[in-house]
Amino acid sequence: MEHLSCKFLVIGAGPGGYVAAIRAGQLGIDTIIVDAGKLGGTCLNVGCIPSKALIHAADAFEEATRFASQNALGISAQAPNIDLGATVAWKDGVVKKLTTGVRGLLKKAKVRIVQGRAHFVDGKTVRVSNENGDLAEIKAGAICIATGSEPTPLANLPFGDDVLSSTEALSLPDIPNSLAVIGAGYIGLELGMAYAKLGANVTILEMADRVLPLYDAELTKPVADRLNALGIELQLVTKATGHADGQLRAETEDGGKTEFRADKILVTVGRAPVTDGWGRENLVLGMDGPFLKIDNQCRTEMTGIYAIGDVTGEPMLAHRAMAQGEMVAEIIAGEKRSWDKRVIPAICFTDPEIVSAGLSPEAAIADGHDIISAKFPLAANGRSLSVERTDGFVRIVARKDNHLILGVQAVGKGCAELSASFGLAIEMGARLEDIAATIHAHPTQGEALQESALLALGHALHI
Amino acid sequence: MGEHIIKMPDIGEGVAEAELVEWHVEIGAEVREDDILAAVMTDKATVEIPAPRNGKVLWLGADIGESIAVGAPMLRMEVQGSGNAAAEDNVSEATSDVRRPSTAAPAPVTETQALSPTPVMSPTSNSKPLAAPSVRRRAMDAAIELSAVRGSGPAGRITHDDLDSLLNTGAPGQHAPANVRAADSSVKEIKVVGLRRKIAEQMAKSKSRIPHITYVEEIDMTALEELRARLNESRKDGQSKLTVLPFLMLAMVRAIDEQPHLNARFDDEAGIIQQHAGVHIGIAAQTETGLVVPVVRHVETLRIWDCAKEVERLAQVAKDGAASRDELSGSTITITSLGKLGGIVTTPVIKHPEVAIIGVNKLRTMPVWQDGEFVPRQMMNLSSSFDHRVIDGWDAAVFIQRIKALLESPATIFIED
Repeated sequence: MEHLSCKFLVIGAGPGGYVAAIRAGQLGIDTIIVDAGKLGGTCLNVGCIPSKALIHAADAFEEATRFASQNALGISAQAPNIDLGATVAWKDGVVKKLTTGVRGLLKKAKVRIVQGRAHFVDGKTVRVSNENGDLAEIKAGAICIATGSEPTPLANLPFGDDVLSSTEALSLPDIPNSLAVIGAGYIGLELGMAYAKLGANVTILEMADRVLPLYDAELTKPVADRLNALGIELQLVTKATGHADGQLRAETEDGGKTEFRADKILVTVGRAPVTDGWGRENLVLGMDGPFLKIDNQCRTEMTGIYAIGDVTGEPMLAHRAMAQGEMVAEIIAGEKRSWDKRVIPAICFTDPEIVSAGLSPEAAIADGHDIISAKFPLAANGRSLSVERTDGFVRIVARKDNHLILGVQAVGKGCAELSASFGLAIEMGARLEDIAATIHAHPTQGEALQESALLALGHALHI
Repeated sequence: MGEHIIKMPDIGEGVAEAELVEWHVEIGAEVREDDILAAVMTDKATVEIPAPRNGKVLWLGADIGESIAVGAPMLRMEVQGSGNAAAEDNVSEATSDVRRPSTAAPAPVTETQALSPTPVMSPTSNSKPLAAPSVRRRAMDAAIELSAVRGSGPAGRITHDDLDSLLNTGAPGQHAPANVRAADSSVKEIKVVGLRRKIAEQMAKSKSRIPHITYVEEIDMTALEELRARLNESRKDGQSKLTVLPFLMLAMVRAIDEQPHLNARFDDEAGIIQQHAGVHIGIAAQTETGLVVPVVRHVETLRIWDCAKEVERLAQVAKDGAASRDELSGSTITITSLGKLGGIVTTPVIKHPEVAIIGVNKLRTMPVWQDGEFVPRQMMNLSSSFDHRVIDGWDAAVFIQRIKALLESPATIFIED
């Protein structure tokens, strides 16, 4: 067994961990990163990136299918076929390109990579092992826990065989005839919609009374409409109770029992922080519910031990973890840093996409703000008309007294890319007048943001 | 699954209601049997309410600072098996100010099926100073607290120019804007609850009802300090050491022997003075949350070392917030001391319904004119207040002069007449 020492040790090479390690390396800190799996963590390997690749393929296939029948553009084409094996191989290529890229970036930053499972011996020592036994014992000055999260299983539908987590759903050999998705959160909807576009009969079960229950109804309505248009069956206030012989059993709120044909079942009921399996029992870490407790510098209750990313709480988003990782590395380097972000935008890559940055009108009112809010429909946006997708809107929320922007939300095909300007507006402390007076290029979806600000000020031009 | 209602327990002494001072749990929290759910406060004692069984918190019945009647529901929890709520289902409807989980709280997750995961809406706090990220970073590097900087930009946004002017007005080469505070016209509202509210009520009562007469006298503590040092020399590590307090307490017992009406409680509504035979001395103590007054009982029965030990023990339990109701009530006269902070004179406020309070000021070496020359003596003032309705100025002066005589010739404290 090798004995190593370093100034900074990162456990977990997901987006939080690898960013922490790269930034630490840039700052000249002797850094080691440990991960049992592939570099890039959930995000690059079985999360954000591969799911977006699959969604892209599904969109392309749906488009081709559309051209095989009557369509407004006057295009005629043969009905397409898809070899999902080839699609998955292409997707794996995209993932590999990115994970190789991360390896290169770590090396460039002179970070040492140790492949294996990390286990805390004490607050300064971590043992790394694999199936062949112990590989190394690492002594570190400071340690950052970035162990991430994993899909939550259901007791009556354990993962395995035909019951899939999001991980398996990203690498199916072929398209299932029928797919049941348990849980209408963003992961379930993204993958459910993609498989529906690829030709599967999709049924989505949800315990709440609407899809994406943590977003407001106004924002989720265009998504619900699109689910309907895609022929996806939605079973609300329904919970799955079991699965056998390709049949999924479920129970409605009033106790009614139903059964669905389901060759595959995708369980997306949530993600749980990975707080066990790495020797937490040998440390004295405070907890915040199921998560590790951290302060505004990502410090845990033990000196020299930091934690970032999904293991530290909601929102479980890669970009939150990355920002935390960057901050921790700079703190280790002796810089004065603390968490001062005003906003962490969140996106559902459903069809249409949903973007939320900052406070919704309800949340702003609940926070005690006197607000003005305006919603500009994409139906009045030239660019949206010209790409045949006018469902959705951009909604802006600002303080009534000084017009400071508190939140911006949007729903619409392709509006994920608008999240950058939403975040910038809030982080810079922009007022409605700032957005309204900024020239937004024509013809783009971005004009809808400017128009929403104008509308809130009472003088929208195009509505 | 059943529902279990936790009601405000009867905490004794005829208390009809208690003030909620702290929730230890929030809605949605899983609690185990004996976990502390809340702290409530009566007259002087804080009582913690434990969970009677395992479960999940569904409803909290009051806000901090509100009073809850004994027997009123204060918390509802979901429990395995049947709860106690079946017969009382109307409770939640009957209570209008039910607190529900806020939208920011995690969605409830059952054991069989969790709600769908969705990135939660990320709130932007309006209390954060308004500044662009680059301004914030520069401020952090320069150790400038942005919340103390007034922004000149739109909507009060703090700009790079604001930082420039702040940094330029600081001493050359120094980035600390310590004495360059921007005008801050904000007003912070602090709810007066819990111990602080009790103190406020008690002080208002004392000052509005009792016409105080305050009498200050100077005591030569030189002899007592010599004796005290001698006695402490023989103590081993870990044993209580004597402070001035036990001497003063025993001197008070001797003085009270001659003027028992100073060891009394005046029930001014009934018009009755209750003169106590036992001398129960309250010792005002500062804790993190505020002033508390633990009581040394029957000081007339204590030897000086016992007295020192008891004072030390009570100071510790008061500091830990672990003093029982008994330990915090029933005093008949009180000592107040600002300890090392000292001061030369105080005007102590009598602890209603008592009639006297003795304030200890700082011991300091002073030049004293004695036998034709200045000599250094260790001098200390006693600042004491009396209820002038029932104690005449003459009696007050006699009492303090008696204590002065005892303290200046400390052996006499221990010699029975």
